[in-house]
Amino acid sequence: MKTTEDVRIVEKEFGELALNMGPQHPSTHGVLRMVLHLRGETVARAEPVIGYLHRGVEKLSENLGYDQLAPIFERDDYLAPTANSLAYVLTVEALAEIEVPPRAKYLRTLMAEMQRLTSHLVWLGTFGLDLGGALGGGTTLFMYCFREREKFLDFFEAWTGTRFHTNLNLIGGARYDLSDALRRRAEQLIDDLERILPELRSMTGDTPIFQERTQGVGVIPRDLALSVGVTGPVLRASGVPLDLRKVAPYDAYEDVAFEVPVRTTGDAYARYEVRMEEMVQSIRIIRQLLENLPSGPIFSRKPLKNPRALRVKEGEAYRAVESPRGELGFYIVSDGSWKPHRLKINAPSFANLQVVPHIVPGHLVADVVAILGSLDPVLGDVDR
Amino acid sequence: MNLLQPLVLIVLVLGVALTITAYLTWLERKIAARFQNRVGPYFVGYPHGWLQPLADVVKLMSKEDIVPFHADRFLFNLAPYLVMVPALLGFAFIPVADKLAVVDHPFSLLFFLAFASLSLLGIFAAGWASNNKYALLSALRMVAMLASYEVPLVLSLLVPALLAGSFQLTAIVEAQRALPFVLKPVVGQIAFLVFLIAALAEGNKSPLDLTEAESELIAGYNIEYSGMKFALFYAGEYAHTFAITGLAATVFLGGHLGPAFLPGWIWLILKMLFVFLLMLWVRWSMLRLRIDQALMLNWKVLFPLSLANLFLAAYWVIYRGGAA
Repeated sequence: MKTTEDVRIVEKEFGELALNMGPQHPSTHGVLRMVLHLRGETVARAEPVIGYLHRGVEKLSENLGYDQLAPIFERDDYLAPTANSLAYVLTVEALAEIEVPPRAKYLRTLMAEMQRLTSHLVWLGTFGLDLGGALGGGTTLFMYCFREREKFLDFFEAWTGTRFHTNLNLIGGARYDLSDALRRRAEQLIDDLERILPELRSMTGDTPIFQERTQGVGVIPRDLALSVGVTGPVLRASGVPLDLRKVAPYDAYEDVAFEVPVRTTGDAYARYEVRMEEMVQSIRIIRQLLENLPSGPIFSRKPLKNPRALRVKEGEAYRAVESPRGELGFYIVSDGSWKPHRLKINAPSFANLQVVPHIVPGHLVADVVAILGSLDPVLGDVDR
Repeated sequence: MNLLQPLVLIVLVLGVALTITAYLTWLERKIAARFQNRVGPYFVGYPHGWLQPLADVVKLMSKEDIVPFHADRFLFNLAPYLVMVPALLGFAFIPVADKLAVVDHPFSLLFFLAFASLSLLGIFAAGWASNNKYALLSALRMVAMLASYEVPLVLSLLVPALLAGSFQLTAIVEAQRALPFVLKPVVGQIAFLVFLIAALAEGNKSPLDLTEAESELIAGYNIEYSGMKFALFYAGEYAHTFAITGLAATVFLGGHLGPAFLPGWIWLILKMLFVFLLMLWVRWSMLRLRIDQALMLNWKVLFPLSLANLFLAAYWVIYRGGAA
C-alpha cells in the first residue's frame, strides 16, 4: 500500500501524474476508487481502492435468524438481488437438509434468469455510458436498455410486489406463486426482449466505433484469468467454459437445455459478446421454464411465524450460484443455534476486480473506463 | 445615419444569434429526448417547457461563484470570456442578405476561422488555471484535437473559396446563385462531409467530444466552473457550434439564397438549423472515439481526403478556366 508521500515522490522522479479516479466519478460504477499513475495519458500503474460501500453484512448476519437474513443479502449485489438470496437459501437448505418442491425450484430459477437479463441490460446501458458519455450516443443506449429493463421490473412488481429486491427466495421454497396470467405476461415479455436484442446489438457491437473501442482492449489471457481467479462472463470470455449452472446445477437448471457461450480472445469485446449471448440463452431458459412449470406447492415447511424458530444443526456448508457476475457463494458455519455462527460471502465482483492492476497498465485513460465497464463490477458486491 | 446602420445591424445579428443560441439548448434537449424515448423539459412554460432556458439562466445566476484553491485567479476568470467572445464574433462575418454582413471584408472567411480558433485559447486557459488534473488533461487533449482538426476543416473550406474564386463570404454566397456548392459533383460533397466531421470535433460533440469526455475526464476543462462562468462556457460552446453551422450554411448551402417566398435571413437560419440537426443526429447516436483513434481518423483519413479533394477542385477550376 502506497502512502501519499510515496506517490508525491514518484511524481517528481518519473514525471508521473497520480490521478485519483473515484470514489466520486461517473464511470467507476459506484464508489470504486482507482489511483492511476499516468505518463501522458498512458496508465503506468493502477491501484483499485475498495471499501467505500462496506456495510458489514457478514458480521450483521451473525446476529439475525436464518429466516431474517435472505432480504439483507439481496442488498449486496444490487443489480441481481435474487442471486444473493438464492445462494444463501441453497446453503441453508443444504445445511438443514430441507427439501424444496419442484414448482418453487422452477420459480426461483425463473426469477434468477430474469434478473440475469435485467442485470445484463444495466451492464449494457452503463457500458454505453462509459464509452459514449452522458452527452452523446451513450445515453441513448442507456435509455433503450433501461426501457427494456423497466418492463421486467414492472413484471416483478406484479409478481412479488416489489420491483427490485423481490424477496422471492425462502428457505424451503418460494414466497410468491406465479398465476397463469402472469405466466402469459412473462412469455410476452421475453418475446419482446428477443425482438429488441438485435436492435441493441446494432447500436453497440455492430458499429465500428464500438469495435474500435473494445477489441484488443483489456485482454485477460487464459493463464492470468485462472491465476487471478476471475469468474463468470469475464472468465468465459478468456476461454474457460466454467458455468456453475452447467457444472454444478442447482434448482431447475438440470431440467433445461442451454449453451454456455465462450470466447477465447479475452478482450472487452469478447466479454461483451459473452454477455450478449448469455441474454439469448437466458431467454431460451426462461421459455423452457415457463413451458414446463410443474404444479404443486411452493413451500415445504410450516408457515413462518417466528423467524428464530428455524434451528440448523451443527456443521458447515458452501453453495454457490452463477450470478450474472460469476460464482457467488455462501459459506456458513452453524453451531446449532437459531443464527449462523459465521458466514462468508464469496463475491464475484471482488474476484473480477482483482484483475484490474494486471491489465490496465499500458492502456489510455479512456480504456480504463472501458475495461472497468466490461468487468461489470457491482460495488455493493465487492464491499458487502 | 452612416454610423447608425452598422450599429443596428450589429444589435440585430447579435440579438438574434444570442436568442437562438439560448433556444438551441432547449431544442437539443427536446430532440435528444425524442431520440431516447423521453419527453425532455416539460414543466417550465406551457407548451413543452419553452421557458426552460430562462429558468436555467436564473438558476445559474443565483449560484455561488467558486474559485478553486490555488487556481490562477486572473486566467480562471478570463477564460469564459475568451470562449464566449470569439464565438460571437464569428457571426459578424456571416452574410445575412445580399452583399450584407456586419463585416464584409475581402478575407472574411479567413477572419472567421481565425476567430473560431481563438476560443481554443480560452479553453486551454480554463484547463490550465483550474488547478485540477482532469481539467489539465482535458486542456491538453483539446490542443491536440483542435490543432489537428483545424487542418481538414480549413482544407475543406478552401474548396468553396476556390470554386468561388474569393475569400469574401458574400462573394462565395453570390457564386452559389446557380448551384449550392454542396451539390457540386464529388468535390462539394466530400468537402461538406469532411467539414461536418471536423466541425463535430471543433464543437466538442460526440463522437469527437474528447475534451469533455464526461465518462473519463468528468466534463474536462470546465469541471471547476460553476454559476455564470459555467453558463458562459455552455453558451459559448453552443454559440461556437451555431457560428460553425452558419459558416456551413453560408459556404456550402448557399447562405441566405432561397426561393423568394421567405426572406433571406429566414433561409439562412433554416439552413443553419438543418446543419445543427445533422450534428445532433450524429451526436446522440454514436459512442465516443478514443484520443489516439480520433487523431488517427484525422491524419490518416480526413487530412489526405480533404487535400486530394482540394487538388481535385483546383484541377476542376483550372480545367474550366477560372472560377465557376
